[in-house]
Amino acid sequence: MNALRKYFDKIKPNFEEGGKLHAFRSLYDGFETFAFVPNTTAGRTGTHIHDAIDSKRIMSLVVIALVPALLFGMYNVGYQNALAAGQLEQATFWGMFWFGFLAVLPKLIVSYVVGLGIEFTVAQWKNEEIQEGFLVSGIIIPMIVPVNTPLWMLAIAVAFSVIFAKEIFGGTGMNIFNVALITRAFLFFSYPSSMTGDDTVWVAQNAICGLGFDVPDTFSAATPLGEIAAGLTEPTSSFCTQVIGLIPGSIGETSVIAIALGAILLLWTGVASWKTMLSVFVGGACTGWLYNALGLSPLDACQHIVLGGFCFGAVFMATDPVTSARTEGGKWIYGFLIGFVAVTVRVMNPGYPEGMMLAILLMNLFAPLIDYCFVSRNISKRAKRAKI
Amino acid sequence: MANVIKLRKGLDVNLKGKASLDIMQTKVAGEYALVPDDFYGMKPKVVVKEGDSVKVGDALFVDKVHPEVKFVSPVSGKVSLVERGERRKVMSVRVEADGRQDAKTFDVKQAPLALLQESGLFGFFRMRPYDVVASPEDKPKAIFVSAFNSMPLAQDFEFVLKGQEQEWQAGLSLLAKIAKVQLGISARQTAAALTGAKDCNITIFDGPAPAGNVGVQINHVDPINKGEVVWTLGAEEVIFIGRLVLTGKVDFTRTIAVAGSEVKTPKYAKVLVGQPVASVLTGQIDSSKSLRIISGNPMVGVRIEQNGFVGAHATEVTVIPNGDDIYEMLGWIAPRCKEFSTSRSYFSWLRPKAEYTLDARIKGGERHMIMSGEYDRVFPMDIYAGYLVKAIIAGDIDRQEALGIYEVAPEDFALAEFVDSSKLELQRIVRQGLDILRKENA
Repeated sequence: MNALRKYFDKIKPNFEEGGKLHAFRSLYDGFETFAFVPNTTAGRTGTHIHDAIDSKRIMSLVVIALVPALLFGMYNVGYQNALAAGQLEQATFWGMFWFGFLAVLPKLIVSYVVGLGIEFTVAQWKNEEIQEGFLVSGIIIPMIVPVNTPLWMLAIAVAFSVIFAKEIFGGTGMNIFNVALITRAFLFFSYPSSMTGDDTVWVAQNAICGLGFDVPDTFSAATPLGEIAAGLTEPTSSFCTQVIGLIPGSIGETSVIAIALGAILLLWTGVASWKTMLSVFVGGACTGWLYNALGLSPLDACQHIVLGGFCFGAVFMATDPVTSARTEGGKWIYGFLIGFVAVTVRVMNPGYPEGMMLAILLMNLFAPLIDYCFVSRNISKRAKRAKI
Repeated sequence: MANVIKLRKGLDVNLKGKASLDIMQTKVAGEYALVPDDFYGMKPKVVVKEGDSVKVGDALFVDKVHPEVKFVSPVSGKVSLVERGERRKVMSVRVEADGRQDAKTFDVKQAPLALLQESGLFGFFRMRPYDVVASPEDKPKAIFVSAFNSMPLAQDFEFVLKGQEQEWQAGLSLLAKIAKVQLGISARQTAAALTGAKDCNITIFDGPAPAGNVGVQINHVDPINKGEVVWTLGAEEVIFIGRLVLTGKVDFTRTIAVAGSEVKTPKYAKVLVGQPVASVLTGQIDSSKSLRIISGNPMVGVRIEQNGFVGAHATEVTVIPNGDDIYEMLGWIAPRCKEFSTSRSYFSWLRPKAEYTLDARIKGGERHMIMSGEYDRVFPMDIYAGYLVKAIIAGDIDRQEALGIYEVAPEDFALAEFVDSSKLELQRIVRQGLDILRKENA
């Protein structure tokens, strides 16, 4: 520890004003605060002691909460590949996992390198500290795209969303839309054939480094929601498989169990609002039940929640504190409407088998309006009191 | 039976080094300082020269705008220094005590307000809105006194009150002649002088900090509307008034808590307003360490140096580690069992009774407001704290008014600043907002 501290102290002058590496000051700051808790002390007045929690810890927790879903997603990529090749018996657990790992890793790298690269540059340019928000977005992005998304598309989408959904609004904490979802929406509308298209996108088709199997190019496997949209009355996979997550889908969204592990961590540590999360599920279940009862959807409430990106969106993206409603009452409405809109898009619009992304983005837009109503109530109460 | 208000929101931070209920006597000696900045919002005009002899109760400076409001010497002796800073701003007026404590006698028969202004006690009143020194031109709708401080390491007023019950009641009775007195006491306080106090309306508050903040009490008892003024006064200052009423002389003796993890034997001390802090800390702290001496408690105090003075409003002096020599590795993931946090990502929730030694590090980088609802958990007022802070940052005066800025003081945001994961300096932000608003409305 001391050696590292001494090294930081030794190189620090290079990054300070006038130093030859001053252009990389934000990079140095980023690494220093990553390695050591900053020891700046409180001012002369104000609160002298502080809670140990900071945004780095909060963001790290979200990343940790995402890990089970990410690891399962890797395994599922290998599993789907082996299944498609008809080689499930020959494939080993580790073989499938490492295949998935190799298929997902480049996306993770591209997402972080492009996103953090932009963040570092902007931090340097604005002379600010690097903000941790993208640590979370950067891991979510590869998890919400199909495994066959080309890396160049991903790079363009990440760059677009970091710049236009986040930095132009002022960075982490100021954005209106969830950055990861903007990335997905960008891909979805710019390259629709690579996002759902002819259902060839969900299963990795080529062996990597001798791992996995080659699958014919024409092979297609629809997600359960895709199957329903195509007119099937029930998905081909069993409910149990869907809960475990061994179904085609975006990399991290399939396993309800893995997502639940993350949800427990987020709720226990209080990083995610239980009100938002619960109300998304309630909204989705009520709406799913309603459409099922009306005969509009063959899926029941339970399946609506289990399938597609519903759980992932509810746990990790609807609860994004920056883009969700900020008032306690508003959180209930915000969450409920996400569930409602997500299921409604699925059922009512045959062109979009999945509605979670659109639901959350739409409600991101309405979150300030919901808050406005609650805050206005407080304001008018105060105004009324003044008149009496 | 007094009205009981139960508060759920808030946070009690359990710090190490609480003052034991012993009193250390200190001698009246050395240089005392009256600091104009302690009377926030007032522009001082010094009325003594270096070398002048003063008695206890002689004016050292007056308010430039209201010269009848005097700020008087807590000791008798010689004016030794009028300390000036940048642009000749008066930093402090110092008096070398002669130890005799000769006191000026005031005519207690005169009108209460005039008596308080003349004797230097009016300067201790603060007003809401703006949380500045009260203006004698205003007609307050009430005077609020909180008889307890719920912040960590704060003075226990019930202990201070012992033996001064008569002065306390006399003070309250005089206040009642000026305006309606609203007394807030804690559910844990049982002293008859508090629960049975006369000439005032008592409300009992039951809940964690900041229940003792007078701002919280105002919000629950009789919230301030635009155009209204409320005065607030510290509980011990009511005793100052009582002493004046009973004896005709002012006596600024306080019983302060000398507390904090870095104080060897934390206990109470009898000091005068403006006393050198060294008189209570000598031999009590290890000067070789990097320490933070605070005039006040760690939530709302002012940092002072070892040769500094006990602030005019300070009811405690606390000493905590400064922490600028600590390098903690990988704080974003390490368990950091010794740290206190309201977040369950640390382990302090496992030890709810433990006492913590917290240093003065901010423990994170400043960010935009990211998490929602953090402030509201520790902000027991009917105000959207986060939105108000945003309105202040944005400089939107109409919205600040609409969201209730007139009801708050920086100290009400102390706990929110403590728990804030974005590490915003909320008290400074609110102070700035109030200052701008006061200028605009002047």
